[in-house]
Amino acid sequence: MEQKWVVFSLEENTYGIDVQSVRSIERLQPITRVPNAPSHVKGVINLRGVVTPVIDLRLRLGYEEIEPTDETRILIASLNQGDAGFIVDRANEVVESDEVRIEPIPESSRDMLSAHLTAIAKGEDKLFSLLDANALFEEQYAE
Amino acid sequence: MDVNEYLGLFLDESQEHIQSINTQLLKLEQSGGADVVQEIFRSAHTLKGMSSTMGYERVANLTHEMESALDLVRGGKKESNQLLLDTMFIAMEQMEDMIADIESGGQGANVDVSETVAAFQSFIGGKEVAVEKTSETSTFEIDLYTNSVIEQAKQTGFEAYQITVKLSDAVVLKAARAYMVFDRLQELGEVVSTHPETEEIEQEQFDLSFDVLFLSQETKEVIEHAIAQVSEVERVEVNAFTETAVSEPEVAVTAETIAPEPVVQATSDKEEAKDTKEQVAAQAQAKTIRVNLERIDRLMNLFEEFIIDRGRLERLADEVGQPELNETVEKIKRGTNELQSLVLTLRMMPIEQVFNRFPRMVRSVAKEIHKKVQLDISGAETELDRTVIDEIGDPLVHLIRNAIDHGIERPEVRLQAGKPEQGMLALRAYHGGNRVFIEIEDDGAGINVDKVRSKALERGVITDEEATTMSENELAMLIFAPGFSTADVVTDLSGRGVGLDVVKNKIESLGGVVSLETVAGQGTKFQVSLPLTLSIISAMLVQVGDESYAIPLTSILETTLLDEADILTAHRERVFDFRGQLVPLVYLKEMFGIESETKTQFPVVVVRKGNKLVGVVVNDLIGQQEIVMKPLGTYLEGIPAISGATILGDGRVALIVDSNDLF
Repeated sequence: MEQKWVVFSLEENTYGIDVQSVRSIERLQPITRVPNAPSHVKGVINLRGVVTPVIDLRLRLGYEEIEPTDETRILIASLNQGDAGFIVDRANEVVESDEVRIEPIPESSRDMLSAHLTAIAKGEDKLFSLLDANALFEEQYAE
Repeated sequence: MDVNEYLGLFLDESQEHIQSINTQLLKLEQSGGADVVQEIFRSAHTLKGMSSTMGYERVANLTHEMESALDLVRGGKKESNQLLLDTMFIAMEQMEDMIADIESGGQGANVDVSETVAAFQSFIGGKEVAVEKTSETSTFEIDLYTNSVIEQAKQTGFEAYQITVKLSDAVVLKAARAYMVFDRLQELGEVVSTHPETEEIEQEQFDLSFDVLFLSQETKEVIEHAIAQVSEVERVEVNAFTETAVSEPEVAVTAETIAPEPVVQATSDKEEAKDTKEQVAAQAQAKTIRVNLERIDRLMNLFEEFIIDRGRLERLADEVGQPELNETVEKIKRGTNELQSLVLTLRMMPIEQVFNRFPRMVRSVAKEIHKKVQLDISGAETELDRTVIDEIGDPLVHLIRNAIDHGIERPEVRLQAGKPEQGMLALRAYHGGNRVFIEIEDDGAGINVDKVRSKALERGVITDEEATTMSENELAMLIFAPGFSTADVVTDLSGRGVGLDVVKNKIESLGGVVSLETVAGQGTKFQVSLPLTLSIISAMLVQVGDESYAIPLTSILETTLLDEADILTAHRERVFDFRGQLVPLVYLKEMFGIESETKTQFPVVVVRKGNKLVGVVVNDLIGQQEIVMKPLGTYLEGIPAISGATILGDGRVALIVDSNDLF
């Protein structure tokens, strides 16, 4: 089966998430802060009538928080426990599996943050890490 | 026939009938009564019919035997006894298990019913044929009015006849033939009543024969002759009708002694007709239809969206300020308000459904462990969301078992303590605010807090330090801690490895809270409070900093303005004087970490929980509004003092404050 990934960036790094689990890509919209929630949870948005939690992927993956730009997007993913949004710096493109080669994550870079990564995709002029979106939310309980 | 389509219906109705039988059985045990037997018989009969249609042989078999036994009792052929009652109770338990099996995809063959069946059969005994009452004789129930009609007719030279007409087996249009018979009869006299009822005969709801109570000046032979001429009439019997004839036919028929099988058949067919009749009667009281829950949910969702759009429309109309538009919007608002209260009641069901099974359970549990318990149920009509109804049964069963097992003392202990031998167990349900409360209260020994403390220490549930600082109530609540049991003797009931922690989890998963009050020597009261799942509520919108929150109106006592200077400090807590009562203040901006300036005068929303009050300090009151409660989702579950979210008219999300958490 042909796989596709939505590729997005955080700073200089690019990540891919299975297109099957992406419901939509939204422009940034007003987020209602949820008090006493984990810090990377930015709050909730009204996504066509459904109250959807949004997390700042920068904070979740250990980047610095930045002011949103025109390119900031919310990636709505359909996860095991319901829909959730991820704030990313920029949504780039959709990459098909014949454009890249999938390689395991290099041993050396295995650290806490790469626990959410499943593999590395490498193409002619591309290189991105494949992200397990479910793990990003589930581990929040383990913290 | 594809039965799957009917499975849901079958399950629902079976459960209803089982419950009804259980209720009636208890009634029968306490006071007896022919109508009670009749009621049980009817339910058993319906169960039998449904289950055999659906192909659940074992269920059908069991109910068939029960029905046969009851038929004897109802016909006055045999006396009901304790053994039969017990057998029926067991049968109902087995039925429940089998129905549960069917519900989870089985064939209802998970229970061995052979012993129960044998018990019924031994009750029925060998003389089934001799005692069986044939249905060929009908008895007219003569009321006073009919009686006076007959009396009068007799005085004017009429004779009363009881006519039994039997149509031939090959008859095609039963109702048409019956109609022809009536037609002839009307030429000869007056039909007083029929059995089955005339309407039923017209709808072909009868076997091959029917009876007519008839007044005529003609002789018996003339009438017989006239009816016999109607084609496809196999046999006509015309007998003079006397009042004694009402009770006599039994004798007449036993002599006829028909083969047992058709007799049973005829009885049930007749019963069927009666069933329909009674169902019609019941429906006349409250007409109901069954609707798939999914459809109702879809309706609710659509309606919620509609409410949100209505909010938007209102806001737009305000901005435009055109009178006609405002008027129309106002009309829509009123219409939707009514619609809303209707839609909300659709999913609600009385908790009776759950409570109904408890009397029997209490009876059997008490019997099992040799205790005497009187169950007192109130508020069974309290309505709750269907989903909650489906789920709350098991936790309640557990709490009730627990109350009987651990709460209520053995009879001799009670007598020593100067209490009546029989323990009281009260089960109450009532509405309070936007929650439903269920209480289980016993007048037993109460929870031994010292014992709980030492057990908890022993099992490492609490530390030494906690043991000394915890309040009595906190200690008592430890019985809900995982792996906790204080029973001295591991009885059949408690030693099942399922603790009260499971109960607590289940209740919490339903959005409920369980609490308890206990007084040593006087008893224990468990209180379960559950959300009504009213997804559209009235709320007060408040502003703190640049954030808006909604506080459900049901928990608000009133709002008031407070001056900085009015704040008092008592026991390091900020309080204010609210009509002579010192009420603690909770600052939302502190609780929710909101940055906002402090004003010298600010609104306070006074919320209550039971008889406790708290003043919630906010920056501004925005106003009262209908809001649609939406869940925050699994990922954000358990955020303190937030019970959900709502979408405001401008599309923004506002969080709903769970004021219960502010206490």
